[in-house]
Amino acid sequence: MADTIDRSGTPLVEMRDISIAFGGIKAVNHVSVDLFPGEVVGLLGHNGAGKSTLIKCLSGAYRMDAGEIFINGDKAAINNPRDARRYNIETIYQTLALADNLDAASNLFLGRELTTPVGLVDDARMEAETRQIMGRLNPNFQKFSAPVSALSGGQRQSVAIARAVYFNARILIMDEPTAALGPQETRMVADLIDELKRQGLGIFLIDHDVHQVKELCDRAAVMKNGELVGVVDVDSVSVDDILAMIIAGKKPQMAA
Amino acid sequence: MSDSPALPKAAPGMRNLARTLEIDTRLLGMIGAFIALCLVFHFLTDGRFLTPRNIFNLTIQTVSVGIMATGMVFVIVTRHIDLSVGSLLATCSAMMAMTQTLVTPEWLGLGLNHPLTAPAAIVVGLGTGIVIGAFHGWLIGYLGIPAFIVTLGGLLVWRNVAWYLTNGQTIGPLDGNFQLFGGIGGTLGETWSWVFGLICAAAALYAIWQSRRNKISHDFPVKPLWAEIALGALVTAAILGFIAILNAYQIPERRLERMFEARGEVLPEGFTAGYGLPISVLLLIAVAVTMTIIANRTRLGRYIFATGGNPDAAELSGINTRLLTVKVFIMMGILCAISAVVASSRQTFHSNDIGTLDELRVIAAAVIGGTALAGGVGTIYGAILGALIMQSLQSGMAMVGVDAPFQNIVVGTVLVVAVLIDTIYRKRTGD
Repeated sequence: MADTIDRSGTPLVEMRDISIAFGGIKAVNHVSVDLFPGEVVGLLGHNGAGKSTLIKCLSGAYRMDAGEIFINGDKAAINNPRDARRYNIETIYQTLALADNLDAASNLFLGRELTTPVGLVDDARMEAETRQIMGRLNPNFQKFSAPVSALSGGQRQSVAIARAVYFNARILIMDEPTAALGPQETRMVADLIDELKRQGLGIFLIDHDVHQVKELCDRAAVMKNGELVGVVDVDSVSVDDILAMIIAGKKPQMAA
Repeated sequence: MSDSPALPKAAPGMRNLARTLEIDTRLLGMIGAFIALCLVFHFLTDGRFLTPRNIFNLTIQTVSVGIMATGMVFVIVTRHIDLSVGSLLATCSAMMAMTQTLVTPEWLGLGLNHPLTAPAAIVVGLGTGIVIGAFHGWLIGYLGIPAFIVTLGGLLVWRNVAWYLTNGQTIGPLDGNFQLFGGIGGTLGETWSWVFGLICAAAALYAIWQSRRNKISHDFPVKPLWAEIALGALVTAAILGFIAILNAYQIPERRLERMFEARGEVLPEGFTAGYGLPISVLLLIAVAVTMTIIANRTRLGRYIFATGGNPDAAELSGINTRLLTVKVFIMMGILCAISAVVASSRQTFHSNDIGTLDELRVIAAAVIGGTALAGGVGTIYGAILGALIMQSLQSGMAMVGVDAPFQNIVVGTVLVVAVLIDTIYRKRTGD
């Protein structure tokens, strides 16, 4: 996979020297990663290694203490989730971030509702759009008028994914997107990632499953205790090499 | 992909019918409980409960709590509470009373019953509500003090600000035009009540038709045409029936004589007139429609419910939940001011104890109406129906002659039982 990525141009995202601390604990300590168009970069590490925290600086959920973010080579100011959305950064959170009491369409358009000419929310049009995109992502999905609390884990996941995909994301952040899914739905997410790659999106994928990272990602960035252990081409290292990086923080010799 | 939890087996016929008509079964249950309550009181009072006169009185007694209950729905939906509404009502009422008895007639030299007095007083009242509501919202949203504490403090503070403003005196009589909002002192009369009723019925029918057309244009499933027509007929009958009842309450002959005398005329032989729709009830209807549109059809409403359902998700979706808290409490403040207009003009003066214990009635109305204290769930019509049920219970017991302590014991018990039934209902249906 990795040889098809052109990394000679400007990276889509460059996070440079990012640091963030919570009450004296350095959750992320001078970490730099980048992401190119059409590339999937896996973020690996133990619980508490800082991968979710790092990525939340990009999605606007946290404000970093130090460091810079460049989008397409330009310095980006991301102070809140609205800023991130302006840079076409979409996030699928591990918790899915769905309002359980609202239906699928309301969740999909939350914060970006379609409105009628007089400024009222246009529920019918939003439901029609939702039916269209869900028909593509998860044709089995039928419960359009039920609150999402009545949906299964896989259905909820597809609502969260639809929300990220619908708004023409250029940069997609997926925080353990398959953690709650069965094998068939996991396959669905993998196919979707491949399709989005072909469309030229850049994807950060946080995952615990090393085999899945080997399969889905082009590069893997491994973190431990808030620091970056290293970034490797997944095709040039073995599963054991990656596990050594996660567990011992050891960078394999052959990787650049 | 699991299916929704199994529905209870009981009464599948009714449930299917309700589903075909797309009627909320909870709403049906509340209306059923209300009708049962009315019938029981009607029987116990030997037919004095469901008379035009008593229904008229019930509606005007419900208005003040009903208006505030619609705002309390938003407050509770966003996982807050407001214990200060009764005191806030008192402060708004005190400000308006001082404006119309001291500021405009004396300081501005406009004299009594000047046409500008009532509007000026109402503007002052609304301003007071907005400022205090915004202040509460800022303390809660931006400084992070729990709403329970802020409004518990507010309960004491605003009650006594009202006292200080008026030196504890009763201020009255209030301006003549201002008193039109009080209920029996200001009604539309029979003709205009019918006009209003017909406009409402037409608007309701148009809304039903429009919603059906909209669904068809997007190829969504629609309910059968007969169901749509039945629903329209039911709504029309309810609106026009309500107007007919209010019109049937006749103005007493003595009062008619005085009205004609005031105009320098003599009451013609056999002349009668009904009161019709009170302006205060018109105000409640306007508030209910506005709040329902805000809840269901605006971004603000969508964000209120999203924040109540999952504050973190709302924040991550780019919603400014702090500012939203301020907006919710500003709305509550405005509604307290409107209620203050109705409450003070209904008693024709401002008194030191106005609105006492209203916070409990308002919260109870919202909760009986199906607003969940856990947040995210609640309806405007439910809260108003809740206020109506509370008021019916109270005045029904008074008419039957239940002792005062027992009245409050029953109201308190009903509140707890209503929430228990609601909890069981939610568990059964998986809502």
